[in-house]
Amino acid sequence: MKVFGEIGNYFLLMKRVFARPEKAKMYYQQFLIEVENLGINSIGIVIIISVFMGAVITLQTRYNLENPLIPLYLIGLTSRDTMLLEFSSTIVGLILAGKVGSNIASEIGHMRITEQIEALEIMGVNSAGYLIFPKITAAVFFNPFLTIISMFVGIFGGWLAAVTTGALSSPDYIYGIQYWFIPFYITYSIIKTIVFAIIITSVPAYFGYYVKGGALEVGKASTRGVVTSSVLILLFNVILTQLLLAK
Amino acid sequence: MISIDNLYKSFGETRILDNISITFEQGKSNLIIGRSGSGKTVLMKSIIGLLDVDGGKILYDGRDFVSMSMKQKQSLRREMGMLFQGSALFDSLSVEENVIFPLNMFTNMTTEEKTDRANFCLNRVSLDNVNNLYPAELSGGMKKRVAIARAIVQNPKYLFCDEPNSGLDPKTAIVIDNLISEITHEYNITTVINTHDMNSVMEIGEKVMFIHEGQKCWEGSNKDILNSSDPNLNDFIFASSLAKKLKSIQ
Repeated sequence: MKVFGEIGNYFLLMKRVFARPEKAKMYYQQFLIEVENLGINSIGIVIIISVFMGAVITLQTRYNLENPLIPLYLIGLTSRDTMLLEFSSTIVGLILAGKVGSNIASEIGHMRITEQIEALEIMGVNSAGYLIFPKITAAVFFNPFLTIISMFVGIFGGWLAAVTTGALSSPDYIYGIQYWFIPFYITYSIIKTIVFAIIITSVPAYFGYYVKGGALEVGKASTRGVVTSSVLILLFNVILTQLLLAK
Repeated sequence: MISIDNLYKSFGETRILDNISITFEQGKSNLIIGRSGSGKTVLMKSIIGLLDVDGGKILYDGRDFVSMSMKQKQSLRREMGMLFQGSALFDSLSVEENVIFPLNMFTNMTTEEKTDRANFCLNRVSLDNVNNLYPAELSGGMKKRVAIARAIVQNPKYLFCDEPNSGLDPKTAIVIDNLISEITHEYNITTVINTHDMNSVMEIGEKVMFIHEGQKCWEGSNKDILNSSDPNLNDFIFASSLAKKLKSIQ
């Protein structure tokens, strides 16, 4: 029953989040700040993780491929499709749930326990809208760019690993990543990223917004926010895959 | 003027506020006093609508706050200023940005006008050359002053102060008390102050309400509080050994 209560409270909060802003200009300024905090500041970690994951996927595929009848360029294809279908959206989503989610839950939670949210309310500001709406829109706007960056960098990481270790020749890899390319995979990945962006920002924001107590509770809210959003990402990954890719 | 009429508030089975009625007068410092856990903060949060009440009326110059919609409440709140116990300044904004924030949100003033207004309010609370500092760089007393400047920047009709002296040394506490009192008189604001500091009561308590276990026990001014016959109030006033000693001398 508690779960249903939480879901109900979440949607009530979202109703306030998506209410009409008091002043669009202030929300826009906050949106730009959040694009930097949540998006631009995450480029580094996305690049680092993607390049290494691309490399590992390529190397593992190569070492597991012992049948001489299977052409080596399929390693490039495997790396590309793994990055496009799963890694750049779902795994990057999970990583961002950890980085961005904990940041959001602790920031809003801290504002709650230090009465900054009450201060906004007393001024007549819709605190839920002002604090959460720009975060959601910033992530929905910028996370697709992170996904695209991850795709490019991951595929590049695979090529780098293939060439430097001699696991695969450069022409084979490049032929592989061009072979049987399905553009819809990009669309599928971007759709997933947008849904995950909403989860990554709104769920930890919910836990942070309703914190009661002190620093310990803020820490707990942060953990709950990250865990819940990670589980939801995995759940929606299955649902979206079934909806978008099933024949 | 804020009129409270038969206000009730419970958390679960526990009644926190029980039939509170009082009128907070315009241009006066109205103090709510009582021991920790007596219901002062719940009363203030109920008056400003951060908590929903179970029964009773709250009238802001005749406007029934309890029956208002969320939007109407938000609109009325623009006439309020509040000084929180911990100041509640926005960590990510500088002093000037904190003070300007309500103007940015609700007015169409130019940047120059907003800066002028912020400087005026900061000067009014005797703060100079702190515009670019961040809350983490300020002392407790300075934070309170910035919070007062932010609270008055929109010329509020109602000012609420929750434990304005908590965490301050006695001398700074008196300065803050007097500042609140001066502003109240200067701008003819209805000021409601939540406190358990007897120094504040004696310094600025033009109208004082004592609540005990959620009920109003006494109402009067700082001039007649020491002559009260209410046992709970006397227990509260003369709780410290110093006060007991002074009373025995008297």
